Amino acid sequence: MSKTNISKDNSVANMFVKKEISFGKRLQKKLFNRTNINGTIAILGFFLIWHLLVVLRMPFMKHIPTPVTVLETFINLVTKKVYWVSLWFSTKRVFYGFVAAQVLGIPLGLAMGWSRKFKYLSFPVFEVLRPIPPLAWVPVSILFWPTNELSIAFITFIGAFFTIVLNVLRGVSSIDKELYRSALSLGAKPQHIFRKIILPASIPSIATGMMVGIGITWNVVIAAEMIAGDKGIGRLTWEGYLAGDTPTIIVGMISIGFAGWLSSGIVKIISDRMMPWRKLF
Amino acid sequence: MRCEKSGRIEVSNLCKRFHKAGKDPLQVLQNCTLTIEPGKLNVLIGPSGCGKSTLANILAGYDSPDSGEITIDGSPLKGPGTDRLMVFQETALWPWMTVMENVIFGPTVRGEMSKKEAREEATRILELVGLQDFKDKYPAQLSGGMQRRAELARALINRPKVMIMDEPFRGLDDLTRELMQEYYLKIFEKTNCTTLFITTELEEAIFLADRILIMTFLPGRIKTIIDVDLPRPRNYHVLTSKKYLQIKAEALEYLIEEGRKCFGEDCNIANTMVDEFRRQADNRH
Ligand SMILES: Nc1ncnc2c1ncn2[C@@H]1O[C@H](COP(=O)(O)OP(=O)(O)OP(=O)(O)O)[C@@H](O)[C@H]1O
Ligand SMILES: [Mg+2]
Repeated sequence: MSKTNISKDNSVANMFVKKEISFGKRLQKKLFNRTNINGTIAILGFFLIWHLLVVLRMPFMKHIPTPVTVLETFINLVTKKVYWVSLWFSTKRVFYGFVAAQVLGIPLGLAMGWSRKFKYLSFPVFEVLRPIPPLAWVPVSILFWPTNELSIAFITFIGAFFTIVLNVLRGVSSIDKELYRSALSLGAKPQHIFRKIILPASIPSIATGMMVGIGITWNVVIAAEMIAGDKGIGRLTWEGYLAGDTPTIIVGMISIGFAGWLSSGIVKIISDRMMPWRKLF
Repeated sequence: MRCEKSGRIEVSNLCKRFHKAGKDPLQVLQNCTLTIEPGKLNVLIGPSGCGKSTLANILAGYDSPDSGEITIDGSPLKGPGTDRLMVFQETALWPWMTVMENVIFGPTVRGEMSKKEAREEATRILELVGLQDFKDKYPAQLSGGMQRRAELARALINRPKVMIMDEPFRGLDDLTRELMQEYYLKIFEKTNCTTLFITTELEEAIFLADRILIMTFLPGRIKTIIDVDLPRPRNYHVLTSKKYLQIKAEALEYLIEEGRKCFGEDCNIANTMVDEFRRQADNRH
């Protein structure tokens, strides 16, 4: 009886005092929540089914190694320098292409949304170039850029560039006109409107553009490496194929998936940071 | 904090039509003539779609009329300006700024006050609208009623000559709406800022107004003006007074006439309603 009373008192006090939970407890809470547990079960299930299909000699799995073999290859590769160099090269290419696309694409999108004249001037060119798939740029890119690194980075850039521009443009043009109007009538000059209204108002669409863009850059970099690259995780995977080394192919694929997932996570964190007003309470 | 007793807006023969592709142009305002009396709470009421927002947008300077004249304190009105501020039908707080940042936006972009001065002034005004504890919250963290009050604060800090409020309490639930009306009335009675308050609710109109301007359904003009000389400061007791019911019956008659145009059929129910209100009013004394 008295025990429940005490805990009640505590819970009331806890409402006012910032809760102090140990780091270990917090980590435990973070790691072992429902989504994570379900996710782990799903992934384990996936590997189990995969293993069973190979062991049971299903005809369509003839060329596929078991997860155990893949794991062995993985451990073997991880200890080798070439694996990390490959990952590093791909990451670098994604990073350069992605950042360049943001640095050029965001201002371009903003400018197109801001000035109708500029939009009419640039949009036609843009719309003609946009449907060309990034990989169709490979030959020109190789001819145009002096180094292989630059041409691959350029192709990744192309992949993310159009998406970000379109997203920013759409973001700017869908800002409620009340939001401009109230700023205008409060005496805001164009530079205020731009800095304090248009820019922050388009951050959600910039964030969307970045999320979509990072996915595309990983897609594109892998394909470009297979066609034109040396080094790179895409190349590693392709060489695995040329050597008839299926475990390496699969390790490559899993690594690509993991790298893409990780970079999306980073972009998500960055974009959440850019709009604190979206994260409530 | 009292507004100066200025901001007399005179509108004469205002016309505005909208052109829609493939349709006949829509004459929304035709020879619309009215006066917004300084220091008073002028309420504009009319059926939905009759052109109230159109008129408000023109007065705020966001839209221009096809013809007609508008003067404010005798000089012709041009473009948007800080002398006339509008509070919109839907909330127009900037979601990426905190309440405080929203409120100090006006004075700081105009360079009239330093950030510090603006913050002090804003704190006073936020207290007036009861939001002092929410100044560092983002709009999405406020309830609908609080958002409207924050918007009111954002306008008030600029000491406008005229406040134009376009159905500011639309979309709030009944209880919040009533609370907001009382809140707003207190603020008005403290500031006596010349106001054009737009609404579609008769009860709201009578409760708040010094004078009610009733608008006709398309093409819009002022059908009649009813003076509401209920005593101030007001509270909810006026809603049961005889005078209130008389005004209500009178206004209803005009409104129903317009409402009928809007629905295009003769509504007996409406007539019965007016009779009922009259009877209620007569029974009071
Ligand atoms: N930009 C526009 N282009 C074309 N038609 C318009 C435009 N703005 C308003 N209208 C039309 O003008 C008429 C009056 O609109 P307005 O918004 O002024 O009505 P309102 O009285 O404010 O209505 P509510 O009470 O529903 O807000 C409506 O029929 C509307 O469809
Ligand atoms: Mg309206």
